[in-house]
Amino acid sequence: MTWIPAIVAIGLVGWFVLTYNVLVRLRNQFRNAWYQIDVQLKRRYDLIPNLVEVVKDYMAYEQETLTRVIEARGAALSAKGAAAQGKAENVLTESLKSLFAVVEKYPELKANQNVASLQEELTATENKISFARQFYNDSVMTYNNKIQSIPSNIIASAFDFSRAEYFEAGEESRAVPRADLR
Amino acid sequence: MVAAGKTCPGCGAANHPDAVYCNLCQGPFLPAGGSRLAGDTAGGSPGPATPLPRAAPMLSFYEAASRNVRLSRLLFLALLASFLAVGAGIGGTFGSVGTGIALALILYAILAATAYFRGSSIVLSIHGAREADRSAHRTLRNVVEEMSIASGLPVPRVFVMESPGMNAFAAGRNPEESLVAVTTGLLERLNREELQGVIGHEMAHIKSRDTLYYICAAVLVGSIALMADMFLRGVPFRGRGEAGGGRGSAATFGLGILLAILAPFAARILQMSISRQREYHADAVGAQFTRNPLGLASALEKISQVGAGVPGENRGTQHLFLVNPLRHFPDDASALFSTHPSTALRIKRLKAMAGIGEATA
Repeated sequence: MTWIPAIVAIGLVGWFVLTYNVLVRLRNQFRNAWYQIDVQLKRRYDLIPNLVEVVKDYMAYEQETLTRVIEARGAALSAKGAAAQGKAENVLTESLKSLFAVVEKYPELKANQNVASLQEELTATENKISFARQFYNDSVMTYNNKIQSIPSNIIASAFDFSRAEYFEAGEESRAVPRADLR
Repeated sequence: MVAAGKTCPGCGAANHPDAVYCNLCQGPFLPAGGSRLAGDTAGGSPGPATPLPRAAPMLSFYEAASRNVRLSRLLFLALLASFLAVGAGIGGTFGSVGTGIALALILYAILAATAYFRGSSIVLSIHGAREADRSAHRTLRNVVEEMSIASGLPVPRVFVMESPGMNAFAAGRNPEESLVAVTTGLLERLNREELQGVIGHEMAHIKSRDTLYYICAAVLVGSIALMADMFLRGVPFRGRGEAGGGRGSAATFGLGILLAILAPFAARILQMSISRQREYHADAVGAQFTRNPLGLASALEKISQVGAGVPGENRGTQHLFLVNPLRHFPDDASALFSTHPSTALRIKRLKAMAGIGEATA
């Protein structure tokens, strides 16, 4: 009967290794998901100057809208800290939306191939940003579930797997339906 | 278009205005009167007064994926066993058992390798799909990229089939080598939101590895059925004298019998194993990616009006598609004989997810 403790020990070690690896995988997943949001935000910063460049000649009377987009982009780029950046990003989204609304008023602008493709790219990027945030939050939920539930919480607390924070949209962006972007 | 989103009081996630329970934390929303969003009814249709009963617990991706991998292995094993058995039987009748088994093994190896390694390309070529052009299909590619972000999967390759019918399928033995294909008819008639719903459904098939199982089933069963047809139609011609070479024709005949025996059996396996539950599951998971079940619902409505025909449609691949291209299933179609649930029922369920209509489906 000396083999019983041996089997129990092997089982415990196996469980430990498996659980630890799952925790590491989930942690890496949500961290990577966070960087994916940044990738899409960066893409949006890169696209905006191109769009502004194309539309500005048509929009002699709408300089204010354009200026607001450029300023919002600058503010988002230089924002420090997650909360401030989130806020600046929301302002940028709003300003882009009003720019698209203005574009709708100019038939020759809507017909412009460049504008159409830039608009499609920006719409897609906006969607990607929100899907990336959604995936980040889903990953955080899976991870948090794992580190808080029995028995994996034993390993999580022993090896310092701390709770991850959800991304929270600002009040103004909650009120905004995604349908507007399409 | 403007409809204010709903915010989950439990976890703060943004939800569809008509949602009855939260997409993220699954917590129920209170009826409109008791909600902290009581005043906020702008644009949304009034939801039902009481929360809908929650659907039966869904398989997680992980469970669905491992089930599909397991079933695919089982399929390969079952076919190996039947090949060996029938090969031995026919070998015993026409000469040596060993030769029969060897022939069956060779045939099986060819078929299995083809199914596993070339399955996707075979299906693509049957349906005349071509890789989507980056500039011509910019929106399609963007939507696929959006959905790959939402699902956390690598971006699949994107293909387009030239057809006025509206349909789509996904294929690939693993998420890293997956692909989605849509018809031009689908692209022309769907708006961005609906396209997102369709691609979300296909990404759900990829994520839960339905594609692995479907593609193996399609090629294994399809090729057996095809060869059985060939041999059976070939058999009567052998009587015309010229094909009189003794051993060679006996082997051909044996092969024909083997396949003829296997074909209905294989087709039966296919029919039994491709359940309508997989389509419902992909609808639900796809809605989890888009957080907008109404997009797919509206796409399905359009498809049921226009038709789902695709080039090269055949019984071997019908189960791959978003909507069965061969047959239209009435609402009360028997589960045994249909690869897909009726489109009307799927629409009903999708709407129920968004809190619209009764949840009786």
